[in-house]
Amino acid sequence: MGVFLSSPEAQRRHRMQSFARTIFACMTVLLILPVVAIVGLLVIRGGSALSFEFLFSVPLRGMTAGGIWPAIVGTVWLVGVSLAVSAPIGVLAAVYLNEYAGDSWLTRIIHLAIVNLAGVPSIVHALFGVGAFVLFFSLGTSILSASLTLAIMTLPVIIASTKEALSAVPLAFREACWNVGATRWQTIRHVVLPNSIAGILTGVILQVSRAAGETAPILFTGAAFFLPHLPQSVNDQCMALSMHLFTLSTQVPNVPPQITYGTALVLLLVVLSVNTTSIIIRSRVRRRRRW
Amino acid sequence: MRRGWSKRRAQLERAKERAIELVIAACGVSAVVFVFAIIYFVFREAAPLLFGGLDLAQFFGSEEWYPDSVANKRYGALALIAGTASVTILAMAIAVPFGLGTAIYVSEFSTGRVKEVLKIVIELLAAIPSVVWGFVGLVALNPLIIGAFGTPVGLNVLNGAFLLGLMSVPIMVSIGEDALKAVPDTYREAAEAMGATKWQVTWRVLLPAARNGLLAAVLLGVGRAIGETMAVLMATGHAVHIPTSPLDSVRTMTATIAAELGETARGSDHYRILFVLGTVLFLITFIVNLTADLAIRGIKKR
Repeated sequence: MGVFLSSPEAQRRHRMQSFARTIFACMTVLLILPVVAIVGLLVIRGGSALSFEFLFSVPLRGMTAGGIWPAIVGTVWLVGVSLAVSAPIGVLAAVYLNEYAGDSWLTRIIHLAIVNLAGVPSIVHALFGVGAFVLFFSLGTSILSASLTLAIMTLPVIIASTKEALSAVPLAFREACWNVGATRWQTIRHVVLPNSIAGILTGVILQVSRAAGETAPILFTGAAFFLPHLPQSVNDQCMALSMHLFTLSTQVPNVPPQITYGTALVLLLVVLSVNTTSIIIRSRVRRRRRW
Repeated sequence: MRRGWSKRRAQLERAKERAIELVIAACGVSAVVFVFAIIYFVFREAAPLLFGGLDLAQFFGSEEWYPDSVANKRYGALALIAGTASVTILAMAIAVPFGLGTAIYVSEFSTGRVKEVLKIVIELLAAIPSVVWGFVGLVALNPLIIGAFGTPVGLNVLNGAFLLGLMSVPIMVSIGEDALKAVPDTYREAAEAMGATKWQVTWRVLLPAARNGLLAAVLLGVGRAIGETMAVLMATGHAVHIPTSPLDSVRTMTATIAAELGETARGSDHYRILFVLGTVLFLITFIVNLTADLAIRGIKKR
């Protein structure tokens, strides 16, 4: 080895190599630190607020005391309704793109539309929600308006991950099925979908995490600053965790910090645990794949 | 008779199949419908003002944003555009080196478990909601900036740019890593066979070969930064003026919409001007995303 390293040029190159490696490693570590720092900060300052009572009681005295139960319930409503809309549409859209559509101009336009749907700023989605659902379709500011806005916003997440799951099923599976006389839909229904269900699930779960964390799209379409009672139907307004954190930290004076930190911590834990679940399922699927 | 029955059944089956295929195709094109719906409904609310007396020269050229003034309403969005531009540019100055550097590290310098863990952490970074970032800007960065620079308030361009930088890094890493992965291994092997070190391979071979994909990664990051709302709303202060230093407070286009839409009466000029801002935002991100997509398509074709 020493023979090969002896020339000054080779040494210079090796120094350069380890220098570059160190720089990139440092950059990566510097990116990871904020995640750790944020979670750490919220856990240290908000951890003490977490209690059964905090989670399951209503906000009191102008939101400066009490808990966050209505916000949790509201977030569940918003996520559930938006999921009920976007999951079927998204999965079927991916089925269309992966199983039916060839490489045509129409597919390219659909692809472009999906890319754009994912790239439209969340506040523009909010404007759309106001213009379309709240006003034009007269749904008013309601859970339904907010959920539909969220559903359209998170559609690309489901389409992308479902498409990936479907394309992981080998073509030979489909061919075997077609050869025994099954139609396209029968093949999809009985072979393709069952073999990609776990992958589809990870996409749906990711959508839950996106929808739970979004604030801007629900700001003017259905989320309320404060509601003492729980929503009874999709036509009611509701509180939401993300909105509640925004309200507490910018709109309400004299909120005890631990209530704000506690709310932030709950929101972060919900989102991160949902994401982690999705990651775990995905890695299990990849490991267990038999083909 | 029996044959007729099974023929009917086959017909029924076929009709059912056709119906299902129709539903699937409808869902397939839904994304296109939704994009057009967004354009239509945002533009619909903006149009009466846009074609009914909005002075575009004032809109793009003046920094006088007084939508509520009783005597003399003025809708100069220059300061808001400058706000968005300043935060985005500074955010990119942070995010581009870190995003691409991390993409290179993950793709070329790390292997096995380390690589897996890094990708997961970056995915979790992407999952943190923007309102939580904004909260962090308020309670953590704000005092840090006040302490470090001695400014009276720490809610400014620097604060917002730091948050936006971190928020747009994950998409850069994942798209950038895809671009590097798409470079055929034969390129790496050929260069290494000539005696090049890993860094030389990266710098001289991979980066030029993955140029388009890396450009797309940066553009998608820019798109995220321009469109981000809650974090900049909470962390950049609320000063409608053209910033002269990173320590100035600003207000971006997105933050303006979020801050003012709630207070406007439906159909008023103030309400409509916010939809005009939304239209402009849509057009900007549309162009950015389209360019990024064309760049990615370029790689796939090769």
